[in-house]
Amino acid sequence: MPKDHGIGASPKRREDVRFLTGNGNYTDDINMNGQAYVHFLRSDVAHGTINSIDTAAAAAIPGVVKIFTSVDFEAVGGVPCGWEITDRHGNAMQEPKHPILAEGKVRYVGEMIAAVIAETAEIARDAAEVIEVDISDLPAVVNMKAAVVDGSPKVHDDLTSNLCYDWGFVEENRDAVDAAIKGAAHVTTLELVNNRLIANPMEPRVCIGDYDRPAGDHTLYTTSQNPHVIRLLMGAFVLGIPEHKLRVVSPDVGGGFGTKIFHYAEEAFCTFAAKACNRPVKWTSSRSEAFMSDAHGRDHVTKIELALDADNNFVAVRTDTHANMGAYLSTFAPSVPTWLHGTLMAGNYKTPLIYINVKAVFTNTVPVDAYRGAGRPEASFQLERVIDKAAHELGVDPIALRRQNFITEFPYATPVAVEYDTGDYHATMDKLEEMADFAGFDARRAESEKNGKLRGLGVNCYIEACGIAPSNLVGQLGARAGLYESATVRVNATGGLVVMTGSHSHGQGHETAFPQVIAEMIGIDESMIEIVHGDTSTVPMGMGTYGSRSLAVGGSAMVRATEKIINKAKKIAAHLMEASDADIELKDGTFSIAGTDKSVAWGDVTLAAYVPHNYPLEDIEPGLEETAFYDPANFTYPSGAYACEVEVDPDTGKVTIQRMIAADDFGNIVNPMIVDGQVHGGLAQGIGQALLEGCVYDDDGQLLSGSYMDYAMPRADDLPFYEVDHSCQTPCTHNPLGVKGCGEAGAIGSPPSVVNAVVNALRSAGKDVTHVDMPLSPNRVWEALNG
Amino acid sequence: MTQVSMTVNGQAANGDVEGRTLLSSFLRDQLGLTGTHIGCDTSQCGACVVHVNGEAVKSCTMLAVEADGAEVATIEGQAAEDGTLNAIQQAFQDNHGLQCGFCTPGMVMSATALLKDNPKPSEADIRAYLSGNICRCTGYHNIVKSILAASGQDVAGIAAE
Ligand code: FES
Ligand code: FES
Repeated sequence: MPKDHGIGASPKRREDVRFLTGNGNYTDDINMNGQAYVHFLRSDVAHGTINSIDTAAAAAIPGVVKIFTSVDFEAVGGVPCGWEITDRHGNAMQEPKHPILAEGKVRYVGEMIAAVIAETAEIARDAAEVIEVDISDLPAVVNMKAAVVDGSPKVHDDLTSNLCYDWGFVEENRDAVDAAIKGAAHVTTLELVNNRLIANPMEPRVCIGDYDRPAGDHTLYTTSQNPHVIRLLMGAFVLGIPEHKLRVVSPDVGGGFGTKIFHYAEEAFCTFAAKACNRPVKWTSSRSEAFMSDAHGRDHVTKIELALDADNNFVAVRTDTHANMGAYLSTFAPSVPTWLHGTLMAGNYKTPLIYINVKAVFTNTVPVDAYRGAGRPEASFQLERVIDKAAHELGVDPIALRRQNFITEFPYATPVAVEYDTGDYHATMDKLEEMADFAGFDARRAESEKNGKLRGLGVNCYIEACGIAPSNLVGQLGARAGLYESATVRVNATGGLVVMTGSHSHGQGHETAFPQVIAEMIGIDESMIEIVHGDTSTVPMGMGTYGSRSLAVGGSAMVRATEKIINKAKKIAAHLMEASDADIELKDGTFSIAGTDKSVAWGDVTLAAYVPHNYPLEDIEPGLEETAFYDPANFTYPSGAYACEVEVDPDTGKVTIQRMIAADDFGNIVNPMIVDGQVHGGLAQGIGQALLEGCVYDDDGQLLSGSYMDYAMPRADDLPFYEVDHSCQTPCTHNPLGVKGCGEAGAIGSPPSVVNAVVNALRSAGKDVTHVDMPLSPNRVWEALNG
Repeated sequence: MTQVSMTVNGQAANGDVEGRTLLSSFLRDQLGLTGTHIGCDTSQCGACVVHVNGEAVKSCTMLAVEADGAEVATIEGQAAEDGTLNAIQQAFQDNHGLQCGFCTPGMVMSATALLKDNPKPSEADIRAYLSGNICRCTGYHNIVKSILAASGQDVAGIAAE
């Protein structure tokens, strides 16, 4: 019987009622008295010197309030980067200034040159159109490999080159890996591209700056996954506003997928301009602006080599990657191709020697940063593709080759610095085999062939590291932030609870899932628990939601705070029943003395905490409110096995997903319905990457995929019903809930199986295809088949 | 400025608009009906779908002046007076057909129009009809399932868990 409440149940989501009735409160739904509107004039050239900006005609338009250019920001800091990488020679990465508005040069199409504040959005836009900017074009740096060749034009004149860093990991293993590859019985090499993507949450970014002049208080409403991070970065590093004078609010947020983690210049601009204009200033991104100003994702060019011994055991992996940073370093950009990528290169396998080299490169493109999975999809894609290629070259079954090399004993210290606490990779593969009916594949292929279609089957495993992250560890790795999470649990006198969590929900359903945990712990109804998030004025300093961390880290903070509540409540209950607190048990919302029939209800205890007439005042304070900060001891390591079946139309090259099957191990599950939904969404984004999505720049740095006409978002008719399972559960050993995180798995796990399936289909037509780069558009597939 | 008047969710609504004012902006900015969302500027995403004289329309593709005199229905008018969700809204909640909720008003309004014309759509019918509504969160699985359920079809067999 599925549970109907508490941990493991799937209650209907309470947030749905407001979203289904048009009562959501997204940032663009907020309007302030006296608000003015900003329109940013953005560069339409990728690289150039700004000779002059003439705003006179624009300023003369009635309704224009004020126009800003970089001179207005001379006293203000640049947008900070939150992670410093040390390169393989021990040097710090190159870190250029990232100005609010372009200073002297423009470095990507979409960079903000000037900003017009006006009475209406239309006036602001009209005025921006008549600002005259004289720019001398410079050659655009677009191709990463060309960018790091001597003599390439430089994105930043004050840096020594376009190389942000040259990272080696594990540097001490470099020679040993080279030697192992040289001496191996078999080496499989694969060159591939991990295509550049645009996250495209359906809600575009919005910011509203507000300033209370008498009090000197700033408020920023912004579409963020982590309002406290924005408050810290913007307040401390950009505008010099102390936290107690700066409130950041992120109300309902319409999807994030990573791209709403980062501190963007528009946020600092609106906060700054609200004070300068002494009125609220609102910016609503158009989708076109989003394409050229939201941080992009992925964009790696990689060569991977997998070395095997004569018995097909993996002996070494060596990879060489160029990773695009874009024109400036976005908040967490440097960490993505390094620590979020290199540490995953062991995958599910006991490869003893691994070396990763990553060259991060500046180009005249939009900054690139974390997008759902962030580094981990790039790791699993290359590893799972090269394993498939190796199996083909060796003439062995790709599943058997994987199984033979699985890590089977835990905890397992990989050669790339992480320790997997738990997992059972055979179990998820067994589950996948059970779901996928591989035995019936030949018959299904025959049926497809009867209809003139090729059919392919692809399988892969994945591992990821989420529940980000132990602060002391990431500090050693260059993070300029801690990655704990916070929760305050406030119990009211009549027994209801409010939880103020530093986690942020932008679709994940925290308002429903978090109360399930507390309801289970105390034994009260979920309806007595309310979740508050997204406002720095009410929530303790927290780090927000990304890296599949909300339940593993934020949920753990909430558990710790609730444990403190229960401990104190037991003391109160003991006093009320004249017993010793060691003898008090809490079950189903009732405190009782072990072995007796004496009890007091939850509500009697909470009331006593606030009406402390009969209360142990000499021992404990009145009230029932506790805060906990939880810093995880390790990452969590979800894993799984995925399969994809495709049909390829040989006449057109069009790929159709017939089946997408995911067997995941997320440890314990709080709300299976929400977990399924998270996996579905991740699968759609992974399939989108594999088949449809690609961000394209031309050689001049013009963004060719700048709207939904050119950037192929997955639509309902591109996708199948998915088959997902998470019954294999090896609970995380180091957080109190035993949970691992499920938000990114689908996007990490699915691209390799889609590509493996298409390659398999093409081979069935007698073509010796070894690889097709994503997105597997009809054009590319047709060429692979006919080229 | 031009004066427009229309009926929105059964109530008279008037306002002064510029010639270029979109119906979506009129609904959001002048009537405060912020349930209609703006997800793009190329008429591709469907977050803004409303009904005009009973037909599903992307309100970002229509000028407010073009809707003068029309009957407009938005997401705010779909639940009962006492807040009870209608059958389609309820099916979305029951089947987890939404995550961040941003595409949801457009999805519900599109689904409503689909079911009016095609009360028992197949999975393929639904997917084809929704090709003008983008959702980035759900992978569409539970949206399609919600609409099948709203049309009274059995969804228990749909692969999910
Ligand atoms: S806002 Fe109307 S279709 Fe996107
Ligand atoms: S629920 Fe977020 S876009 Fe559909």
